[in-house]
Amino acid sequence: MPTVNVNGRDVSARDDWSVLEAAQAAGYEIPTLCKMEGCSPLGACRVCMVEVEGQERLQAACSTPAFEGMVVKTNTPKVREALRTVVELLLSEHEGLCVFCDRDQDCELRQIAGNLGIHANPYEGAKPRRRFDDSVPGIFRDTGKCIKCRRCVQICNDVQGLGAIFPQGRGYDTVIGPAFGRSLSEVTCVQCGQCAAVCPVGAIGERNQIDEVWAALADPRKRVIVQTAPAIRAALGECFGYPPGALVAGKTNAALRRMGFDGVFETNFAADLTIMEEGTELLGRLAAQFRDHTRTHLPLITSCCPGWIAFAESLYPELMPYISTCKSPQQMFGTVAKTYYARSEDIDPADLVVVSVMPCTAKKAEAVRPEMYSSGYQDVDYVITTRELSTMINTLGLDFGELEAEEPDAPFGAATGAADIFANTGGVMEAALRTAHYVVTGRPLPGENLHVKPVAGLAGVKEAGVEFQNCREAWSFLEGVELSVAVAHGLGNARSLVESVRRGEKSYGFVEVMACPGGCIGGGGQPRMTSDEVRLARIKALYSDDEGKPSRASHENPHVQRLYDEFLEEPNSRIAHELLHVHR
Amino acid sequence: MEQTKDHAGVSEAREPESDDLLVVDRIVERHRGEQGALIPVLQKAQQAFGYLSTEVIERIAARLEMPVSQVTGVVTFYSYFTTTPRGENTVRVCLGTACYVRSGKQVLEDLEKTLGVSVGETTADRCFSLEIGRCFGACGLAPVVMVNDDVHQRVKSTKLRELLEPYGCSNDVDGGPAAQSRGSTERNSTSGGSA
Repeated sequence: MPTVNVNGRDVSARDDWSVLEAAQAAGYEIPTLCKMEGCSPLGACRVCMVEVEGQERLQAACSTPAFEGMVVKTNTPKVREALRTVVELLLSEHEGLCVFCDRDQDCELRQIAGNLGIHANPYEGAKPRRRFDDSVPGIFRDTGKCIKCRRCVQICNDVQGLGAIFPQGRGYDTVIGPAFGRSLSEVTCVQCGQCAAVCPVGAIGERNQIDEVWAALADPRKRVIVQTAPAIRAALGECFGYPPGALVAGKTNAALRRMGFDGVFETNFAADLTIMEEGTELLGRLAAQFRDHTRTHLPLITSCCPGWIAFAESLYPELMPYISTCKSPQQMFGTVAKTYYARSEDIDPADLVVVSVMPCTAKKAEAVRPEMYSSGYQDVDYVITTRELSTMINTLGLDFGELEAEEPDAPFGAATGAADIFANTGGVMEAALRTAHYVVTGRPLPGENLHVKPVAGLAGVKEAGVEFQNCREAWSFLEGVELSVAVAHGLGNARSLVESVRRGEKSYGFVEVMACPGGCIGGGGQPRMTSDEVRLARIKALYSDDEGKPSRASHENPHVQRLYDEFLEEPNSRIAHELLHVHR
Repeated sequence: MEQTKDHAGVSEAREPESDDLLVVDRIVERHRGEQGALIPVLQKAQQAFGYLSTEVIERIAARLEMPVSQVTGVVTFYSYFTTTPRGENTVRVCLGTACYVRSGKQVLEDLEKTLGVSVGETTADRCFSLEIGRCFGACGLAPVVMVNDDVHQRVKSTKLRELLEPYGCSNDVDGGPAAQSRGSTERNSTSGGSA
């Protein structure tokens, strides 16, 4: 425990602390544009310079270890002058007017410049060549705004294990991007948007569809309905001053009605529907293995996450037969809306516009995949992120905090607790097990409060086993069988999990993968910045939402039951397959 | 759902492999399991082919199990590596601090004019490639130009044609066909290292 003196105050630092962390403990927030929680320091932005007694040069606080007897000064004329010059130089190459930038409200560079009182650019001159890459539906890159902090590189390489982008070239000419000047569409970018979630400026962001949504809402010929993903309720409040994990589903419904949506729904309904389809698919494969002894593909791997699907298609195409054929809840909702809902409301599906609010940038890409036209139309027309929704609420001038909670509309209504936890790592697994265990044994899932504790939390790869006991007669072949399951979140962890199965070290019956750390609650479209503390707060909120629901398992959702009775017949029926599954 | 997407570097296609790629495989094999294998592999591949083609770079990335973007990141960082076919002779103009202040930049501009190419390019007859370097360790002799492994000291813009002539295949150097002989009394092959 070295004692470090920061600006005259002694603090006890942990052995692995940097000067940045020691200064934080002493009450000084040193600015940084590159350091991220849980990632090794890059020392790239040079904004965190401090004076260390006995050292002639200024040191980067993020990459300088704290040591016993260290005397640090963060507020000297030398530090201020250096910091000012660094920020002025960053601004001198930074393209674009703040007022026209997506990040005008939360740009970290702008904030630091403001704190330093920089209001003019003393270094007018050449700017590097600017390239705007909008080759994929989910995200854009604008190299003119890039400050080369390399957070996106660290996320894409070290956390997601993809390496789609890297610094190319040298010095002034450096461009953060794919090899050979390629566009994102030409490389293995899964559009998870984790790069967009950590970009301190407006150099990477979601492809905005706000204008399209407003235009649809203003078109008198269109009926415009909206679905909100389960992750939104635990995060949207952050855009309006609520702490992470504040549950705002009811206020979100109210805000969407004020915007003029003709039907306000929650994707949670479709999450329950997904469990009926995917749970049935899992039990079908278990029956093939344990009853019929025929060749089948186990483990069943979840398919809700489009980032994961793109990853598997590119890097592990041999896994495709193992991945569930179920569409994601977003797409199931869209298909059901443009068939069943359109019919029951007597609307021409050509005049029905389905908007999704998602925590995710990859969902924008998912919606335009060729398989996602099962209704005969594009099943989901527009996808906006949590951040885009907050912008729209501000455009309308709504006082979000003052809105009274409202329920979603019929006929899809409120969903079960199982659907709430679809948004967090381990949640889809737990939801599926609640229903599968009930179907097989006739009893609720054992375990405290219906939870599968070992698959909750932020460990990268989590495992659990569920044993079927006292099975119903039809499922007696599963008597005593232990279904071993695994959960991975973050694509780097997903890769480790897949590799351990490929090497034959591990064997599972059911695997859940979510591309983003923490699951959808940490998605690339969520409010910035997402730390583990924020992730845990959002997850805790969803579990508490779940525990407060009268129904906790998807098969208990009466609206889903009615949908089967009136339209889809039964899970995995011919029509269900046609509409709710992809056909590989 | 389509089974595969055609993503760079992960193609499933099994095309007949060119001899070049087998050479790359052998180079990588010699460095397998080494920390920091990338740069020596790139150096040897460039020695073998004269430059690093897209195909060769992608093969190296695949064999070393690295993202292609990371390999091109290294290739484009170091001025030593080139992704275009080189001329028979490589002319490197030092723009290190000492050479820069002693009119290295002017020498470079005049060389660009003389050869009719920009930095990173090769003359149409493949005789000369023009590169810049960052200090050859011969600062006392600034400005310095290297042609292949030869160090030319205190280079003057007015003497560039004479400097290039001995390497001779360029029709740009003093008109007529130049001698293939590479001997010259003006060369100084004893000092300096590689870039």
